[in-house]
Amino acid sequence: MLIFTSLLAGLLFGLGLIVAGMTNPAKVIGFLNLAGPWDPSLAFVMAGAIAVGTVAFLVARRRTVSLLGAAMQLPAARDIDRRLVLGSLVFGVGWGLAGFCPGPGLVALGMGEFKALVFVAAMLVGMGAFELLERRRRITATGVA
Amino acid sequence: MNIDWNAYTPWSALAGGLLIGLAAAAFVLLNGRIAGISGIVGGLLRPVWGDAAWRVAFVAGLIGAPFVYLLFAALPKAQIDAGFGTLVVAGVLVGAGSRYGSGCTSGHGICGLSRLSPRSLVATATFMAAGFATVFAVRHVFGF
Repeated sequence: MLIFTSLLAGLLFGLGLIVAGMTNPAKVIGFLNLAGPWDPSLAFVMAGAIAVGTVAFLVARRRTVSLLGAAMQLPAARDIDRRLVLGSLVFGVGWGLAGFCPGPGLVALGMGEFKALVFVAAMLVGMGAFELLERRRRITATGVA
Repeated sequence: MNIDWNAYTPWSALAGGLLIGLAAAAFVLLNGRIAGISGIVGGLLRPVWGDAAWRVAFVAGLIGAPFVYLLFAALPKAQIDAGFGTLVVAGVLVGAGSRYGSGCTSGHGICGLSRLSPRSLVATATFMAAGFATVFAVRHVFGF
């Protein structure tokens, strides 16, 4: 059941991205281009998503299990550290360069866009590099893999 | 600042945002998880038995969304101006950066801000600023 609801959530998320215009990198860059002819539309995507999300997370925070009985897994981290800021900075540069972030990249891949395939493949390489460095860091820090 | 009224689509943006919010809401209420796409995909690169299937299903939903959309309307055009070299660099930065910073536009930007998480507020402000600065540099300083 959790797998089925996961599929549905991914599908609905992807449909939202298409309707919102986020799967078109030119539109995303139009939003990020403050000094050019600026397209503020994507601010409405955030506003709409957060309006619904806020209600859901208010409910979620009061529960220890989901409606389907799965453990409620909300992030526990609190620190605003170098990793958070540096990682977000690097992510933001990549986002501005291509106009793609992970979700829209995957949806555009489903649209059959070859350039989205290139982006997603490179994204997986970047994520893989992170995993390798993390593993090495853990081994150095603790002596165990 | 001058607004590009030809490109401005507040209603479809709002409608899409509501759908995205609904997806994130359904996901946390049904599955108990954050709909953070970089985390969901990244978790597949360090597979844990019994933890991969739901991730694959979520990603399959994302990739399958255009096929479902096509049942109702023609797909909107995706205009991808970046060349292949730029796409590769951008992809690596997006992949590594979102994992290092524990989230992207969905996990920090949507779910995190919906939870009023100070961490996500800092992350979102940081990647938005980096995005604005990058586009400014590319479009107005180096003039691509």
